[in-house]
Amino acid sequence: MANYNLDITHEHCPMTFVKTKIELAKLKSGDILNVRLTEGEPLQNVPKSAVEQGYNVLSIVETETKGVHIVVIQK
Amino acid sequence: MAQQIPDLNDVLNQKQTKKLSIIAFSGDFDKLTAVFTLATGAAAVGYEVNLFFTFWGLDALKIKQGRSPVGKGFLPKVFGVFMGGLKSAPVSRLNFLGASPEIFRYMMRKNNVATLEELLEAAKALDINFYACEMAMHILGLTKADFIPEVKDVLGVATFLELSEGGQTLFI
Repeated sequence: MANYNLDITHEHCPMTFVKTKIELAKLKSGDILNVRLTEGEPLQNVPKSAVEQGYNVLSIVETETKGVHIVVIQK
Repeated sequence: MAQQIPDLNDVLNQKQTKKLSIIAFSGDFDKLTAVFTLATGAAAVGYEVNLFFTFWGLDALKIKQGRSPVGKGFLPKVFGVFMGGLKSAPVSRLNFLGASPEIFRYMMRKNNVATLEELLEAAKALDINFYACEMAMHILGLTKADFIPEVKDVLGVATFLELSEGGQTLFI
């Protein structure tokens, strides 16, 4: 079980979802992806679409940087 | 103000197959950007996506980029020279003799927004279904071999309607 990081804080729609989806597709079952994202549309929709596609969202935690969250997704 | 985190249990209960079909009619840079933004965004959140390219939109699929006489017959070749593929796509307004697409590409890169070429690559990576219109290909003297290999099939109206049934359809 491997752990990967993805930073989409500088990305805009639709690349926030696109990069998350492409990264998740590369993982093996059980692998973890830590997605660093900003609040607003990415925070609202990246975890939601991960769940819709059958992944587990383990946690959503705000970082020390205001407005930046880490969403932990397991394949 | 703290942003509300979505309730993920609701999402699971609402899970269903979703589908977006887009008729890509325009060969304009800005309209194709809209096509690929919607398509990649929808595919990334789990939609099945069908792109049906017709008329000027077919130009975006050509393998041979640049102004070259693609197509069978004299008139199609003239159109081929004037159109020239995705990299030569003009902006629908204020094109400034072809300077605008390059200005847009610069502004998109500067603002970290995906360019048209990046969106096309993402569309391929997301396994979006590309289809080409049989009738428009016939007029423009194009064959499937003139297009990128991701073009899954050449279709007519009836098959497109079957493919898009039960989902959302847009004409751009």
